[in-house]
Amino acid sequence: MQINGAQAVLKALEHEGVDTVFGMPGGAILPVYDPLIDSKIRHILVRHEQGAGHMASGYAHATGKPGVAIVTSGPAATNMVTALLDAMMDSIPMVCITGQVALPAIGTDAFQEADTTGITMSATKHNYLVTDVNDIPQIIHDAFHLATTGRPGPVLVDIPKDLVLPDSMMEWYEPDGHDLPGYNPVTEGDPVAIVEAAKMVMEAERPVIYSGGGILRSRAAAELLALAEMTQIPVVTTLMNRGGFPDDHELNLGMPGMHGNYTAVMAMQQADLLIALGARFDDRVTGARDEFAPDAKVIHVDIDPAELGKVRFAHVPIAGDAKSIIAEMVKEVDKLGGAAAQPDRDAWRQTLSGWQEKYPLVYGDHEPGKLLKPQFVIEKLRDASPDDTIVCSGVGQHQMWASQYWTFNHPYTWINSGGLGTMGYSVPAAIGAQVGQPDRTVWAVDGDGCFQMTSQELITAAVERIPVKIAILNNSWLGMVRQWQELFYDERFSETSFGSEIPNYKMWAEAMGCVGFRVDSPEEVEPTIQKANEITDRPVVIDFRTQAEENVYPMVPAGASNSDLLVDPSQRGE
Amino acid sequence: MTNLQCEFHTIVVLVENKAGVLARIAGLFSRRGFNIESLAVAPTDDDTFSRITIVVDVSSTSLDQVVKQLDKLVNVLEIDALDPATSVERELLMATLSAPTPEARREIIDLVQIFDAQVLNVGFDQLMVSLAGSQRRLDDFEALLHRYGIIEIQRTGKIALNELAKVESSD
Repeated sequence: MQINGAQAVLKALEHEGVDTVFGMPGGAILPVYDPLIDSKIRHILVRHEQGAGHMASGYAHATGKPGVAIVTSGPAATNMVTALLDAMMDSIPMVCITGQVALPAIGTDAFQEADTTGITMSATKHNYLVTDVNDIPQIIHDAFHLATTGRPGPVLVDIPKDLVLPDSMMEWYEPDGHDLPGYNPVTEGDPVAIVEAAKMVMEAERPVIYSGGGILRSRAAAELLALAEMTQIPVVTTLMNRGGFPDDHELNLGMPGMHGNYTAVMAMQQADLLIALGARFDDRVTGARDEFAPDAKVIHVDIDPAELGKVRFAHVPIAGDAKSIIAEMVKEVDKLGGAAAQPDRDAWRQTLSGWQEKYPLVYGDHEPGKLLKPQFVIEKLRDASPDDTIVCSGVGQHQMWASQYWTFNHPYTWINSGGLGTMGYSVPAAIGAQVGQPDRTVWAVDGDGCFQMTSQELITAAVERIPVKIAILNNSWLGMVRQWQELFYDERFSETSFGSEIPNYKMWAEAMGCVGFRVDSPEEVEPTIQKANEITDRPVVIDFRTQAEENVYPMVPAGASNSDLLVDPSQRGE
Repeated sequence: MTNLQCEFHTIVVLVENKAGVLARIAGLFSRRGFNIESLAVAPTDDDTFSRITIVVDVSSTSLDQVVKQLDKLVNVLEIDALDPATSVERELLMATLSAPTPEARREIIDLVQIFDAQVLNVGFDQLMVSLAGSQRRLDDFEALLHRYGIIEIQRTGKIALNELAKVESSD
């Protein structure tokens, strides 16, 4: 069948099972948008290309399927860079198609020309510049394979305009396998190492399972639960694995790291064995590396062999897919006698529950005449929303509070920008998640700083009738920076105040076709959330006026040892 | 894998011979903070593949990380971290030397003969010479050339292959 390059692009996407793409047309990609009219693929027209990228990411998080974005050349491609690197850092499967100037024009500084493959080389798992129309089916097939297998990540395909023009004919074919001689991701774990790991589990007196985002990417939540329940070993869930192990499970210690809770941080710090599953010893988790978990031996399971030993020496490194490796570990532990054959860990359990009792997450009561406590807002939001609500966040204080105070009992209910820390992530990510899970409630917990970066995508949501809900924890400051300035820069607040009257978020939301609310007092919080949860035909924005002086605790100051964790001032002894 | 005594390691990387592959490798080295000491690249006997020989300074990082990160590049097929003790290395040097007098010219030609080097080109007051050999031998030759005034010098960076087995393998 003879078709042109543009038709081949869409046919190739359909062939990969793509039902939704996020994008915006422009000069170089224009020919691809013509056959889109006749395609079954739903296209969400964004207002800024970065939004398309984060929507694709949110969609991928919420569905497990690769997110797809299509944008034009030059500035559209450069607008996409942040979203690509964000997906790269958090291992999100994404395929991005960019238009490029025609092949003969490449290198001439043509209008809207950018060296897209050069620019995105370090922001993608791999990228392609297509140079022959006949390669389109194979390259797109390979791009999806790369994005979704091994350690997932974003893959970009840059297509020059002359390859997709109406007369760019080619004979359609379905690719027979992949043309990737250098790509052989490890999936099966080394059985000898798995036995070794099981033995270490059986000997440990103070073990902790350190579960990271790899659990979600590998869809291994059930296996993790089985391992934890069989061994009764407590689990910490990193920022990237909130929901990967139920928060209401007694073995869940919660989030470790810079703003982790006391028990999760100290459990890792004093453990004699860390069972790292799909986690990468990120600096936000370890604090000062040399002082991190000084007595712990390490079992490290990761699909990316380069993570093993990158930051922390692993006594038992196992490269491969967490899902099958954890299942094998369960079997091996069982062979060695199961839970009953493990050492008595009562003392360890008591230490942990003692910490939990002494250092719970706390915040002060509402002070009359003052603005709302942000933690209170999140608790009310959590309690008034369905158990399987998908929560998205941007980056900053609101992100940490959302992670701390929400109860995540299901995998794929927490979507945030962990590695890159991209402010403005939540609104577009929430839209992508809602498109992927139209029957679920999706709340974006956002900060006012983040909201101002990408909120124009609410126009997209309103026009497309995507009923996302946005809770702005509006303290009128760049709150996390403010917190650092308060604690480490002698309260010299340099360029962090936004002023509290501009913008008017309610009016802004309404102007974008959303329902807007403003909430100042604690009594209004719950009824307004109820009202928002009842709206299902358009986006809702609630401007919660929160107290700027509120800081996120606990906190490990940057560069400090996790042992020097600062708890809430009310919990500090003399 | 990491040899702590030696800061320089030779890594031979077999890659797909495609546009941009060298940029991917160079980009990886720069963004991960790995230092390249020298780099040589050319197609193999099968021109769909190229072989890149990289001498990497691993004083600031582990060889293990360099190899694992290289392995993540989709266009990389094989990586061989060569052990200096069991590999055969070659590098090529070309130099233009000042030789304004018959004495200087004679002395240089003597050196060329001692080192088994070659005179490639002769000018009225200059000589161009070349030498292929181990890095060490080239260093010695270069050191001795200095007194004659080096006008220009260019070295290729080394290439290397594994030493061949001297006895039949038992398996």
